[in-house]
Amino acid sequence: MSCSHGHPAPANPHDAGPPLWLLAELTYRCPLQCPYCSNPLDFAQTERELTTDEWVSVLRQGRKMGAAQLGFSGGEPLVRPDLSELIAEARQLGYYTNLITSGLGLTEAKVDAFAEAGLDHIQVSFQASDPELNNAVAGSRKAFDQKLAMARAVKEAGYPMVLNFVIHRHNIHQMNDIMGLCERLGADYVELATCQYYGWAFENREGLMPSKAQLVKAEQEVNRYRERLQQSGSAMKLIFVTPDYYEERPKACMNGWGNLFLTVAPDGTALPCHSARLLPIEFPNVRDMDLQNIWYDSPGFNHYRGDSWMPEPCRSCDEKEKDFGGCRCQAYLLTGNADNTDPVCNKSAYHDRILAARRAADHATAGLTELVYRNADNSRLFFRG
Amino acid sequence: MQEVPRFRRGFRFQWEPAQQSYVLLYPEGMVKLNGSAGAILNEVDGQRSVADIVASLEQQFPDAGPLGQDVSEFLQDARQQHWIEWS
Repeated sequence: MSCSHGHPAPANPHDAGPPLWLLAELTYRCPLQCPYCSNPLDFAQTERELTTDEWVSVLRQGRKMGAAQLGFSGGEPLVRPDLSELIAEARQLGYYTNLITSGLGLTEAKVDAFAEAGLDHIQVSFQASDPELNNAVAGSRKAFDQKLAMARAVKEAGYPMVLNFVIHRHNIHQMNDIMGLCERLGADYVELATCQYYGWAFENREGLMPSKAQLVKAEQEVNRYRERLQQSGSAMKLIFVTPDYYEERPKACMNGWGNLFLTVAPDGTALPCHSARLLPIEFPNVRDMDLQNIWYDSPGFNHYRGDSWMPEPCRSCDEKEKDFGGCRCQAYLLTGNADNTDPVCNKSAYHDRILAARRAADHATAGLTELVYRNADNSRLFFRG
Repeated sequence: MQEVPRFRRGFRFQWEPAQQSYVLLYPEGMVKLNGSAGAILNEVDGQRSVADIVASLEQQFPDAGPLGQDVSEFLQDARQQHWIEWS
């Protein structure tokens, strides 16, 4: 990258790409209690959210480094009273601005005000296709009706509509109903994301993970629905994300560590992905360091760049440049050492742990009430011990 | 050739200095465009027809020869991808 302002070009020994994607986790506060939340287990310990000025500075620095996609996420980003101000700043800087919300706390007036501020897109998450199950998973009695009303308001205001459903063993039988609901609401994109097991979802894995048979059936239903949409010329796009636990090769997690994605957590901690906080690695904070140094020079962001950190079987594997050894968080959660090959890979010495989880999913009986719900009381249990 | 293309709602076309290219941005996604795709989409304004766009590009790139077929095919493709629609 050339620089005309007299700053030396940053050292970039691993040839890392720019952080084209910036995820701004504005807060961990959330009115919902979804038991698969990707926030850290000890989120209630986090204090001192970044101020408006600090976020504005992060947005400016990120844009200068090439970030083009910006997600406002959380927790529930609507909890922040300065959201409109941040949207306006981001839009003026040239970001494509995405609001990732539960829909709780949204009003028609806010939908319009955000459009005025330049918001490009609102993604509303649902927990199920019917109120009873949706509200049981979300831990909120009014969630479903509010989500429906807000999805309609988003459509009405002319935004592109993206609906997100996290899929697990308690709603995977609803695939056709879910897709039908999305089509009736006029969704442009539907994300059917089977649960990945980090954070709260890892704690609740046995109670969430679908069996292979359930997964195969769900995928067939999605494929059939997709064909029907194509035949009818519909622009609605279905994105089905299969869980890592049913793969034999790991994903190229985050397109490589510190290579595309940059997450800034509510307290300013900068992370190469929103789960990385669980790793025993020290990550820099935007309050202490500028974003350029964080991205290119900090030990945290350089920790898993390149391949010199890789042990076997990754080191001599001819697929290491394709998948980078998979996901560091998964390696850490399942083997206790984040350097290890992602156990999803059937070359991993720990792959039997994945196989054991699959067998357990065939026989799981836990009901929704047995899950650990994501709320401040439960969170405190994880750091008070 | 008389169709008037416009970007689909939620799609934004812009120049990215850091990537030294035009990109198309949409919900949680981005396509980095090559030179000719960028030059064609740069002409899409919801006002001018495909024929107008071809004429403008032929004027900008006089050495490229007739562009009607390539431009028309590209825009058809972009329409199938739901990036643009006929207004």
